[in-house]
Amino acid sequence: MLFFSFFKTLVDKQVTVELKNDLTVRGTLKSVDQYFNFRLENIVVLEQEKYPHLSAVKNLFIRGSVVRYMHIPESAVDVTLLQDATRREIAASVGVSS
Amino acid sequence: MSLDEMVFIKMRGDRELKGRLHAFDSHCNIILGQVQEMIYSDPDIPPTVKISPMLYVRGDAIVLVSPIK
Repeated sequence: MLFFSFFKTLVDKQVTVELKNDLTVRGTLKSVDQYFNFRLENIVVLEQEKYPHLSAVKNLFIRGSVVRYMHIPESAVDVTLLQDATRREIAASVGVSS
Repeated sequence: MSLDEMVFIKMRGDRELKGRLHAFDSHCNIILGQVQEMIYSDPDIPPTVKISPMLYVRGDAIVLVSPIK
């Protein structure tokens, strides 16, 4: 749940997604689901000369499993909040397994 | 744990990351800050280095995570 909630706070922010096939796309994050599938709008392909086949595409849906990275604006993140949420998540999962 | 500490991450595809660990889950999905990515190709060529202020890394590509002193 942690990362799902985190991505929901990033909706309407500009992000850069790098896929496992090395394609890198920058756009506005419009939605996310439990599988971390993403929808981006008004995309720009980085290194467009190398990947010309998306030149007519404005919006896209990315399957979560093909994502390698998402570059996020530093200002969109509260690291203290993230760290505290992680500690709670780990504490909860340790409680479940033991 | 190593939260807010610098960690070293080895990934599939001859990639390595160094950065500050801000979040993770049981799948090893990670949020890293102040990140340096090293991409290795030929042994004689120095690795390609990329910087990112804040990065989400999907857990399924991660092989190893270790704290850095």
